[in-house]
Amino acid sequence: MFWYIVRRILQGIPVFFGSTLIIFAMVFAMPGNPVLRMFGERTPNPAQVAALEAMYHLDQPFFVRYFLYLGDVVQGNLGYTFAGQSVNEILARTFPTTLRLALLAVIIQLGIGVTVGLISGLRKGSVFDGTALVISLLLISMPVFVLGFVMQWFFGIQLGIFRPTVGAGAPWADLILPAIVLAALNMAYVIRLTRASVLETAQQDFVRMAYGKGLTRRRVIPVHILRNSLIPVTTNLAADFGILIVGATVTEGIFNVPGVGNELFKAINRHDTPEIVSIVTILVIVYVLVNLFIDLLYGVLDPRIRYVK
Amino acid sequence: MSSKNPVRRAPRYVAEVDEGGLGAVDAVRVSERKSNLWLDAWRDLRSRWLFWVTSVLILFIIFVALFPGVFTNEPPNDNCQLSVSNAGPSPGHPLGFTKLGCDIFSRIVHGTGTSLSVGIIVTVMVAVMGIVLGAFAGYFGGWLDSFLMRIGDIFFAIPYILAAVVIMSMFLHDRNIWVISLAIGFFSWPATARILRSEVLRVKQLDYVMASEAIGLTKLRTMFTHVMPNSLAPVIVISTVGLAGAIVAEATLSFLGVGLPNNLFMSWGNDISAAQTSLRTAPQTLIYPSIALSLTVLAFILLGELVRDALDPRTRASR
Repeated sequence: MFWYIVRRILQGIPVFFGSTLIIFAMVFAMPGNPVLRMFGERTPNPAQVAALEAMYHLDQPFFVRYFLYLGDVVQGNLGYTFAGQSVNEILARTFPTTLRLALLAVIIQLGIGVTVGLISGLRKGSVFDGTALVISLLLISMPVFVLGFVMQWFFGIQLGIFRPTVGAGAPWADLILPAIVLAALNMAYVIRLTRASVLETAQQDFVRMAYGKGLTRRRVIPVHILRNSLIPVTTNLAADFGILIVGATVTEGIFNVPGVGNELFKAINRHDTPEIVSIVTILVIVYVLVNLFIDLLYGVLDPRIRYVK
Repeated sequence: MSSKNPVRRAPRYVAEVDEGGLGAVDAVRVSERKSNLWLDAWRDLRSRWLFWVTSVLILFIIFVALFPGVFTNEPPNDNCQLSVSNAGPSPGHPLGFTKLGCDIFSRIVHGTGTSLSVGIIVTVMVAVMGIVLGAFAGYFGGWLDSFLMRIGDIFFAIPYILAAVVIMSMFLHDRNIWVISLAIGFFSWPATARILRSEVLRVKQLDYVMASEAIGLTKLRTMFTHVMPNSLAPVIVISTVGLAGAIVAEATLSFLGVGLPNNLFMSWGNDISAAQTSLRTAPQTLIYPSIALSLTVLAFILLGELVRDALDPRTRASR
């Protein structure tokens, strides 16, 4: 296990540097003055230009610049927006809300997804199974912003069950509707993955063995079938998290949730490129770290993976 | 070789064997139903009604994209009148008007081409990059494999919509279909490359690859003529689903405000985004473009799933 952790962390290092370098290069390896490019149609005042040039160390060669910038980011100095707000402060203010939203979404996605997938898999071909398949297919084909608007219009405006936009302080009750929207796509994938996995596990010899030695369904289903079916669901958590990050940007924009995604959404609409770059860099770093964590978790859950080269 | 006994000799690369009992072993029955992966898959597909429904839908979408003029004479952008802002349906305008008074039906019809072009360009780009890099990594192995796959890991570690957001915000003035396709496609090839690589690893163990090298074909030639074509099946599935993903990505970028410019391109994502402000008063501005977008995405996802089921003998047998 120790060597597995070491190997996995070593593999993560080039990914960390590579991904941040690519984001950085996309901004600074393009022709023209990157700082002027950031302002788009607006004409910057010299003080702003000077501040940005200092922030990105534009007097240095490209790679030096990258490491200086990365050093700033790692030390928690994320620079300033066009309006002069510190990106650190923005992130510190908005991150807890996004974390709560993501937590709710993951609970919904795994809770409903695994339950529905398990029942579907155990009752293959039933009405329940058919309905679940059709609904999951519809959720997969509906882009998250379409689903967001439709839910907002139907549950928020037509039925009035939920508030269509999130109120001040983002109370948990207001976060339920955005969390459902955010969870929908991943939930559909979890349903299908669990179903396929349950179908396969239920035919394994050890399941027949368990029934053969006289265990009841109440024991075999949770202990023998479900636990073994959850391995692919765990593997897929990493990909789910990528969907979650992008989905949070869209969902928070629609429901006006005061989170990181909403900040990114607003920054994009204001064409505030320095803020966009800072937030995206942070999100990519978080994504890389979460991926690493999920891989380590996977090693704990499934001993076989530790010994594969 | 009389007509009574329709057999055909398999071509031999070694010396002719005597026509004893071995001849019968080498013979191939021509009368028997031909069978290979693609034929079996096609036989399975054409027996499913859902496949025909999906195909007709996709052909219809392609037709709309190619000939929008057949469906509407209304210009999508030039004939907008604020006097009919958010108005309901009227003769000649079956779906009503947007906030700016443009004909919704016409905008949907003309937006089809944009979505489909981006989808196809991204899919072709991702498939070519993924196939070439995946095949080289899998077939040649060694340091090339490690190198290409580590590069793939790096690109895989960036959610591609986020990367596209950064690229698109650096291209404020010259956004067009090619730029947005490049922004989406440049970060989505590693999945294809990984899948192709694992398939190549399986295929290169097979006898015909060894035979091909044994008769003196170069490694490169063997890779292109024998290994690559036989590894394509899973890539076709992921590409079909990926086409749907690219359409969603384009719409999402447009929704976020870093997509195609609103005044030059019809884009469903732009229209849905614009509908945000009139959600309460004119839900038709939201509902109809959403239906068009979801239906198109659904069609390609369904096709991908049907093809995957058809190509996989296990699911075929269990049905």
